[in-house]
Amino acid sequence: MTIKEIVDKYGSKRENLLQILHGIQNQNPRNYINKESISALSKEMNIPVSQIKGTASFYSMFSFIPRGKYVIRVCESPPCHLLGAESIFKAIEYKLGIMIGETTKDGLFTLEGTSCLGICGVAPAMMINEDVHGNLNEEKIFQILDQIQEQEKERIQLCREEALTRF
Amino acid sequence: MINITMNNMKIESEEGTTILDAAKKARIKIPTLCYLKNVQEPGSCRMCVVEIEGVRTLQPSCITHVSEGMKIYTNTKEVRDARKIILELLLSDHPWECNTCDRNQDCELQKLAEEYGIKEVRFKSINEELPLDESTPGIVRDPSKCILCRRCVTVCQEIQEVGTLSPRARGFDTIIAPGQADLLSEAVCVQCGQCAAVCPVGAIIEKDDIDKVWEAIDNPDKFVIVQTAPAIRAALGECFDLEPGTLVKGRMTTALRMLGFDGVFDTNFAADLTILEEGTELLTRLKKAIVDEDKSVALPMFTSCSPGWINYMEHFYPELIPNVSTCKSPQQMFGAVAKTYFAEKVGKKKEDIVVVSIMPCTAKKFECNREEMTDSGVKDVDYVLTTRELGKFIKQAGIDFVNIPDEEMDAPLGISTGAADIFANTGGVMEAALRTAYEIVTGRELPFDKLHVVPIQGLDGVKEASLKIEGTKEEWEFLEGVTVNVAVAHGLGNAKKIIEEIKFGKKHYHFIEIMTCPGGCIGGGGQPRMTTDEIRKARIQAIYKEDEGREYRKSHDNPALKVLYEEFLGKPLGERSHHLLHTKYFNKKDENV
Ligand code: SF4
Ligand code: SF4
Ligand code: SF4
Ligand code: FES
Repeated sequence: MTIKEIVDKYGSKRENLLQILHGIQNQNPRNYINKESISALSKEMNIPVSQIKGTASFYSMFSFIPRGKYVIRVCESPPCHLLGAESIFKAIEYKLGIMIGETTKDGLFTLEGTSCLGICGVAPAMMINEDVHGNLNEEKIFQILDQIQEQEKERIQLCREEALTRF
Repeated sequence: MINITMNNMKIESEEGTTILDAAKKARIKIPTLCYLKNVQEPGSCRMCVVEIEGVRTLQPSCITHVSEGMKIYTNTKEVRDARKIILELLLSDHPWECNTCDRNQDCELQKLAEEYGIKEVRFKSINEELPLDESTPGIVRDPSKCILCRRCVTVCQEIQEVGTLSPRARGFDTIIAPGQADLLSEAVCVQCGQCAAVCPVGAIIEKDDIDKVWEAIDNPDKFVIVQTAPAIRAALGECFDLEPGTLVKGRMTTALRMLGFDGVFDTNFAADLTILEEGTELLTRLKKAIVDEDKSVALPMFTSCSPGWINYMEHFYPELIPNVSTCKSPQQMFGAVAKTYFAEKVGKKKEDIVVVSIMPCTAKKFECNREEMTDSGVKDVDYVLTTRELGKFIKQAGIDFVNIPDEEMDAPLGISTGAADIFANTGGVMEAALRTAYEIVTGRELPFDKLHVVPIQGLDGVKEASLKIEGTKEEWEFLEGVTVNVAVAHGLGNAKKIIEEIKFGKKHYHFIEIMTCPGGCIGGGGQPRMTTDEIRKARIQAIYKEDEGREYRKSHDNPALKVLYEEFLGKPLGERSHHLLHTKYFNKKDENV
């Protein structure tokens, strides 16, 4: 969708800005809001770029640098912390070779921390994009990440094959 | 009227006033930081808290209204302790650089720390040094010193409606940042300096050019001359604690000579010149539109003397480029004339002449660095100092400003009229233009008391006037019976209002004066802090007084200007004028990112 289409979808009133920003970020293959889309949005909604950037930067869900296709958000609030969020981070760092705030070289994963996800009953917990995962331990994490990597491999393979058939 | 007591003193106060205003009237001082009358009243810093009997917690006096029988205490231990804590918290996140800071001795935070006897800060300092932003010619940002009061944001977003500055991020990471970039030069900023004029601390200031001027003066090979804008004489005194509205033209002249300038001149000279050029341009446009029925003539015509407005127009309304007078601003006309006509007169090479401007304005620093402003063959104006910088400059030289005698400016570029004085006020350029244009067309003086066009004076954001022209001279007969409609706006938010109304066909004017800053140049971004409406009024009054006391009050009567046209320029809009005194503008909409 173009920026205009996203704005039209939610309505160009100021109070819809957050939803529109989500729309823009979600459709970006690198999961972030780039400079160009803020400029375009500013013209579309008649809001200065400074205010759009100011609003978006208030929320940790928005990023202004390219991220992976999958954004992993590990809960950092006290219940998860007590039940070992620290070791969850370690496991992911070990498995993917990235630290918090970083993105894997293949552009697949970004690791972030987050405040409470509201599912303390299944702590420690994390989100990968829109999917919630609870009762985490090392093993479970490896499983989840393996699965995504596998899917992606297949997908990449399929794309390649499809591309080849076109010749 | 309602009755309250403040610190056990009985006071009568009007209903609906805030405790802060009631206290002020009773000469009780309550400290403030975020509050700025008529600009913002967010009630967020809590510096102004007071105790109210029967109310459990301390209340911010800037947004709490008085009510019958209220008992207020402004200085109890609890109040003082609360204020101290606020100050200590602010200082714990602040660099302690007062000695080397631009705002040393002129800083609201420093002053409050002194008043509240802060001897130590009990909180561990966590101030993180953030990079200095010196990316633009006029404004320097030092975010490490920012106390997040947001005065600059409100001024930039709501008064100027440029929208450059906004808070970014959250919590301790919050900074006031430009556009969506890190540097001001990467955002759209018109350089008006209104942010610097309201900042309570040293977080936004003008670029300091004093040392460059010292260097030029100390160089024996350079002939250094100075021009002073009309608005300086009504405000410079405030740098030396004189009452706002004290006229200090004579003392300023003396001080500039003592500083070592080789010629002390007046931007007013060039303001008169502007009127002759701009007035002729307007009449020429009207003639083409009415007599020749030339549809390509752009009307209304807009004034062009305010460089912040020019920047704003180029970025946000470039479709108005044909409507804006091609006249350079008086500062730049002065530079171009000084390095050609005057250089010849004194037998100097233009390369050896240094032109320094004293301006109420930070956008003038930007303007003099524009590539086009080199029509004399070199940079027409070399350095610009704000009124505040001149105040410091004079102090650095150890001049006892308050007690020095008056002197006169030098001829010929120091000779001017009252019409030039009023360039400083909103409505002034228009009045000056009407004084001359009306007389050119009718041969008679503008038929108003003391030559003032009252409807366009004062602090209303948008003002208008209509003038029916009757009894024209032969060559201007086409204007007989025509009603000329003019409008005046100050503050870019008001400029925007007028432009939008014209765009939607709601208003029709012939000539519009725009000044970037509220009040006009007397309220410029480089004027002594803090410019409130009361201070604006005092400066405006002083300027009209200066005008009324003049021998000549109409630009076309300026004797030095007559000689300039005879000896050098020929006639208004003539070939030399066209080359030296007029300019062009650029569409910069693409840079709005
Ligand atoms: S801003 Fe004020 S308190 Fe801070 S270093 Fe400068 S003078 Fe001192
Ligand atoms: S100089 Fe004017 S436009 Fe630029 S940031 Fe300051 S207030 Fe805004
Ligand atoms: S830069 Fe100055 S005016 Fe702006 S928020 Fe910071 S302290 Fe306040
Ligand atoms: S001055 Fe009253 S809350 Fe800031």
